[in-house]
Amino acid sequence: MLKAAITGIGMSRLGRNLDRPCIELLADAALEALADAGLTRDDIDGLTTYPGKHDNSPGMSPLGCTEVREALGLKTRWHSSSSEGPAQMSPLMIAAMAVSTGQARHVLCFRALTESSSQSPGRRASVATGNGGRVGGWFSWLLPVGALSASNWAAQFAQRRAYEFGATREQIGVQCVQQRANAQHNPRAVFHGKPMTMEDYLSARMISDPLSMLDCDIPIDGACVIIISAADAARDCRKPPISIAAMGAGLTRRDSWDQRADLTQMASLDAAESMWATTDFKPGDVDVAAVYDGFSVFIPMWLESFGFCGRGEAEAFIASGATALTGRLPTNTGGGQLSAGRLHGFGHLHEACVQLWGEGGGRQAAKARTAAVGMGGGPLAGAMLLHRE
Amino acid sequence: MSEFPARPLPALTEDTAPFWTAGERGELLIQQCDHCRYYIHPPTGFCPQCESRETHFQPVSGRGFVETFTVNHKQWMPGLPERYVLALVRIAEQDDVRLATNIVGCDPDAVTFDMPVRVRFEQAEDLWIPLFAPEEVFAPENAA
Repeated sequence: MLKAAITGIGMSRLGRNLDRPCIELLADAALEALADAGLTRDDIDGLTTYPGKHDNSPGMSPLGCTEVREALGLKTRWHSSSSEGPAQMSPLMIAAMAVSTGQARHVLCFRALTESSSQSPGRRASVATGNGGRVGGWFSWLLPVGALSASNWAAQFAQRRAYEFGATREQIGVQCVQQRANAQHNPRAVFHGKPMTMEDYLSARMISDPLSMLDCDIPIDGACVIIISAADAARDCRKPPISIAAMGAGLTRRDSWDQRADLTQMASLDAAESMWATTDFKPGDVDVAAVYDGFSVFIPMWLESFGFCGRGEAEAFIASGATALTGRLPTNTGGGQLSAGRLHGFGHLHEACVQLWGEGGGRQAAKARTAAVGMGGGPLAGAMLLHRE
Repeated sequence: MSEFPARPLPALTEDTAPFWTAGERGELLIQQCDHCRYYIHPPTGFCPQCESRETHFQPVSGRGFVETFTVNHKQWMPGLPERYVLALVRIAEQDDVRLATNIVGCDPDAVTFDMPVRVRFEQAEDLWIPLFAPEEVFAPENAA
């Protein structure tokens, strides 16, 4: 058990083309999280985010630590943003380490995006094009052959799983349809009020075989804040703290979209292995899962990585109903990024906390004491185990 | 003629230029360790097997196998086609060298896993992009 706990969560309205300044969304999420924890801005002495302010992809990260500290008037002893690390989970892990080593007492971790209003038709799609210039780094091996979208990269994993394990679209469709059903109980979800059937799923427009439109997550405008506190400071907060039981960011195999030896697995396996190595908890102790679903194929890969089923078994595990709200491992209970919108993993952690605090309403799992959270896809992964006494 | 007129092109570095330009001579070059002969891709100038810094670019057979593939169905930017095959091809010489590429010279629906393929090059400005076609396209009875 780390000496770090989650004490408050907050989320702005989520939507397409909200056309509101990003800082306004972030402020909504931050004030909600502070109220949730029973803290004020003066209590916050740490600030972390991923990946920091940058302009490479429109709306992907309009705010960094500098903008948020200035706008909210925070006085920090520790801050960090980094684009290298276990992706979307790095600010949360860094916060847990900061409070465990006395660098801060209460860290405000945030993710804020305006990808929808910045990338809507007539503006720019979410693909790496090199902007007319020549491309360097890892992209230089992928873009020249038209592997422009992350959907292309993810599709190559999905195809290999279909080939090796016989995974079908009908199997993964069960998860996509379930998540849409869960989103009907999540008023913030982008697809709240828009149910989906298996027939809808199977007839969606193909993007990159076998991934269709409905296997891809939804770019949105929105913000999410998680407050991570030192374990002793957490006891003074409004709600019972959620302990960070373990976390892992292992990367022991080749970390690229194209060179990993086993293309039926991704970096999530390394991250989950390193997480389990630091705790006495076992996969069988987990009540609910919240796993990254930028593309639907990441869900079975994360389920296998955490050891909830054997290698090659996850699609059948899903099809058996195990990950439904009433199954033995309710997964992505808030709708996930496929149905609630893309908050880059922060939404998954937020939902895990909703479940552990028993605040899920119509989407509350029957038992929720321990949750596994996996963020990232392809070569990016961070894993976290949460537990409420 | 290219089926793919607007490819985003790679920036050349000392490490990558041989790979992207040797197609002019019809050669597929992969960086190789001088000492243990391990193929290093993407090229880094350092052998992860034997720690040697001495490497060269070695012509390989140009033969390989489709490790995985996907048929793209969406036009991502003006000038690009909608339907094309993306693949990762493992070279015949070493299983863990994968080239991201397109499979050309056949119907997209004819591509299969582990299918034998052979390199052909497509010129784009001063570069020659290694693409792959089914081995059978090269068989004598199919020669033009």
